[in-house]
Parts: sequence; structure tokens; C-alpha cells
Amino acid sequence: MAYALQQLINGVSLGMIYGLIALGYTMVYGIIGMINFAHGDVFMVGAFISLITMLLLGLGGGAAGPGALLLVLLAAMAATALYGYTVERVAYRPLRGSFRLAPLISAIGMSILLQNYVQVAQGARSKPIEAPVPGGITLMESAGFTVQLSYVQILIVVLTLAVLAGFTVLVTRTPLGRAMRACEQDRKMAALLGIDTDRVISLTFIIGAALAAVAGCLYLLRYGVIDFYIGFLAGVKAFTAAVLGGIGSLPGAVLGGLLIGLIETFWSAYFSAQYKDVAAFGILILTLIFMPTGLLGRTEVEKV
Amino acid sequence: MSALLHLEGVRAGYGAVQALNDVSLHVEQGEIVTLIGANGAGKSTLLMTLCGEPRAQAGSIRFAGQEISGLPTHAIMRLGIAQSPEGRRVFPRMSVRENLLMGAEVLSRANPAPQLARVLALFPRLEERLEQRAGTLSGGEQQMLAIGRALMSQPRLLLLDEPSLGLAPLVVKLIFSAIRQLNAEGMTVLLVEQNANLALRLAHRGYVLVNGRITMAGTGAELLATKEIRDAYLGAAAH
Repeated sequence: MAYALQQLINGVSLGMIYGLIALGYTMVYGIIGMINFAHGDVFMVGAFISLITMLLLGLGGGAAGPGALLLVLLAAMAATALYGYTVERVAYRPLRGSFRLAPLISAIGMSILLQNYVQVAQGARSKPIEAPVPGGITLMESAGFTVQLSYVQILIVVLTLAVLAGFTVLVTRTPLGRAMRACEQDRKMAALLGIDTDRVISLTFIIGAALAAVAGCLYLLRYGVIDFYIGFLAGVKAFTAAVLGGIGSLPGAVLGGLLIGLIETFWSAYFSAQYKDVAAFGILILTLIFMPTGLLGRTEVEKV
Repeated sequence: MSALLHLEGVRAGYGAVQALNDVSLHVEQGEIVTLIGANGAGKSTLLMTLCGEPRAQAGSIRFAGQEISGLPTHAIMRLGIAQSPEGRRVFPRMSVRENLLMGAEVLSRANPAPQLARVLALFPRLEERLEQRAGTLSGGEQQMLAIGRALMSQPRLLLLDEPSLGLAPLVVKLIFSAIRQLNAEGMTVLLVEQNANLALRLAHRGYVLVNGRITMAGTGAELLATKEIRDAYLGAAAH
């Protein structure tokens, strides 16, 4: 029981990180109908920028104050957003109106480019830091097993919920959010209403990248070690989360992320940690076969 | 004399398909001009070409004296053109209110409330449905919404693509009387219709489009009296 509770805590905090990344996949898919395969690597860049900012601030050698961490987070969001914008501008926008596979191939190229760029610029070795948010609360002890809720996990849950709340307000209540939803439903019509759709697409990439940066920063705080390759696996898992939740659905992305995090964690805890990735990708295959629209995806055909 | 809208020698199409060939026409301030023609004659393409999607491959399109054929779609619409397009294209998963507010996006900082009130006064049905998702509206209500949304930007030129398509006669009557009322208040309208009888009765002038070319032009009454028009487009009305 205590063991299961611990796995639940671990699974939720991992799932929130996946959910933040999955939002970027699903937003971009919703608006331009393309899977941005470089998004996982944008997450990785966010983690690296967090690391670099920490070192510049003299952190990384133990406990850090909340003000310093906030600064790290904001810096990572801003710089990663610039990466997201640039990726769209140089690799996808020139291919708009081209055949459907072109931006997909370009995205894979961008993914490889970002990985290699970070590998060259930052080195291939993994980068460990000493936990900036150490410690935690002992929730209960039973049969010699202690259930730990670490401060990082609390931070992950609270920060993710806050970011999601802000993001929800942005999408549902602001003119920009309305324009984004309009582009998602009918981009040509949005242009006919005077919306600069290229600008909306750019902003979508900027927001998606900023969310990925939050995920990257939290990943660094939680696991304390990153390398240039973390974006691949995290990216594919977040993509799985987006598909499981129903690609194009924003609540679906978060729900899918939580489920993938939980499934992966419980699988590792009760079956085999070596095969946890198999579990996640097994879900992807099963979803695609039996429920291609995902949990919250749309099946309805619109009236014309 | 400079017309509000002036097309000269416009050629356009999708890919290799040539939909418009050497089209010249003009719309004066305060007029209702209609464009009639069979299915596939290029009527909708013409309205879309005005909006820059697809781009005109040749010729000139001037709006209020300004050449607009090279501008991107959103910039053209911001000059004061609005379109209720073929198929209505309301945003199905947005409320009626949000759809209307999308129409006012062009006005950026201006308060959309007075214009919203005017649109709802024109189509009271929309007021009853304000918070309903647009995808669940009937065809007639969607058509009112599409026109209302176009009006939200307070355009100088209103483009209407087949507003009568697939609607019950009573609803068509309602929509056409709304167009007449708008025009009486000074709105300039370019109307594309398959229902030539209805359109020519409403319009000051009309053009006939056949296979992407203008073959005839004249006042609504003149065209209605022409034998070719009666035979080709008013067959149903004659029976």
C-alpha cells in the first residue's frame, strides 16, 4: 500500500512533465496539422538553458532560493521560446503549402540538428548537478517502507498546475487564444477575418517552447542530470501522451501525460524497470490500433 | 470616376486549373452587384481571388484606389473588405458570440459592443443562440452567423458567396431582406448567387460568368429580360 502510494507520487510528478511537453505537440498539430518532431529537443534545450543559467547564478552546488529558481525558469522560458520561434521560422514556414511530408522531414532534420548542436557546444558527457531543491516530507512509514514526498515533486505539481491555469486562461479567455482556436478550426477563414495566421503560428511555437522549457527545468531539478539526448525519449513519450489523450486536444495532452507517467512508473515498480519504455510505446501502438482519436479526441463530423 | 472595387484583366486559378480568365468588373460605392453563373463557372474563385487566396496571376485588383492583388489575405481584409464565404465556414467549436467577436478582430482596440448590437438587431435569431456552439446551429442560422461575422468588422465592401444555398425559402427571404436593409444603410455588396432570379431582382447590376469569363453585363432588370439568361439560368423559375 505504502509502496503503491509512493509510485503514485512519482508517477504524477513524471506525468506532469510529459504533459507540459505534450501540450506543445498537440497545439502545433491542432493548428498546422504537423507533428513537430523537434519539440522533444526543444525541451532538451530548455533543460540545458536552465542548467547554464543556474551555473551563471552560482547555483547547482546544493540548495537554491526560490527567487533564484524563478529567475532560472524565466530565463529558460524566454531563451527556449526564441529557439521555438526560430525552428518554425527557418524550417517549417518556408515549406508551408508544400507537400505534406516536407515539414515532417524538415522537423526530423531540426531534431538531429539541435541534438548535434548541443552535443558540440556543451559536450557529449552527461551533466550532473547537486540537487538545488533537496529534502522532502516523510508521509508515512509502514512495514519498513517510508513514503517520501520530495520538495521537488511538490514544486513540479504546484508549478505545473499554475502554468496550466495560466495557459488555460490564455487559450479560452484572451483574443490571442481565440485567434489560436480559430486557426485550429479553419485557418483560411481566420485569414479571411484579417488574422495574420503566420503570426499566430509563430506565437503557438513560442508558447509551446516556453512550456517545454518549464518541463526541461523541472526535469533538471528532479533528476539532477541531463545530456544532449534526453529530448528524444522524453519527446517520443510526450508524443505518445498527446496521441493517447487525443492529438489536438489540450486537456487530452495533460491527461495523456499523467497516464503515461503513471503507467511507466507502475510498470517499473511492479514488473521491470528495463522494459518501462516498452510499456509506454505498447500504449502508443494499442491506442493507434483501437482508439486512433484518443481519449478526448474528436470523432464527430462537423455539419457543413 | 473611381469605383470602390475595380478588376481588370484578372486571371487566377488553383494549380494548373485556370478558373478565371481576363475578368474585368467594377463595383461602385453603395451598389449591390451580383455575379451569376453555373456551378464551377469561377464565381467563388473570383471572391477568393479578391481576398488574395489564390493570388491573381495577372491583371489588377484595385480597392478604393489601392492595388491589392499583391497583398497577403489578412492585410486585404484589414482594408475594409469582409467575406461570408462559400460553405459559411463558421468556427464550429466556438460559441456564436465568439464567432462574431472573431469578425471584429480587425478592429483590434475598438470596443466591438456597438457593432455586436447592430448585428444582433439585424439577425435577432443569433441573439437567442449567443452562447450556443456554432456547429450545432441550423443551416440558416449558420448563414446569418457568417454574414453577421463579416459585418462585425464594419467593412466598406461585403462579399457574399451563395447566401441562399440549401436554405428554406422563408430563410432565404429573411436573408435577402437583411441584405437589402444593409444596402439601404449604405453597404456596398458583391453577391455571388446560383439563384439568378433572386439575385438579379435584388441587385442594381449583374455580371454573368461562364467558364471563367464575363460574358454579359447589365442592370438587374436588363439581364432578367435577356432571353439567354432566362433560358440558361432561370429555367426553374419559368416552369
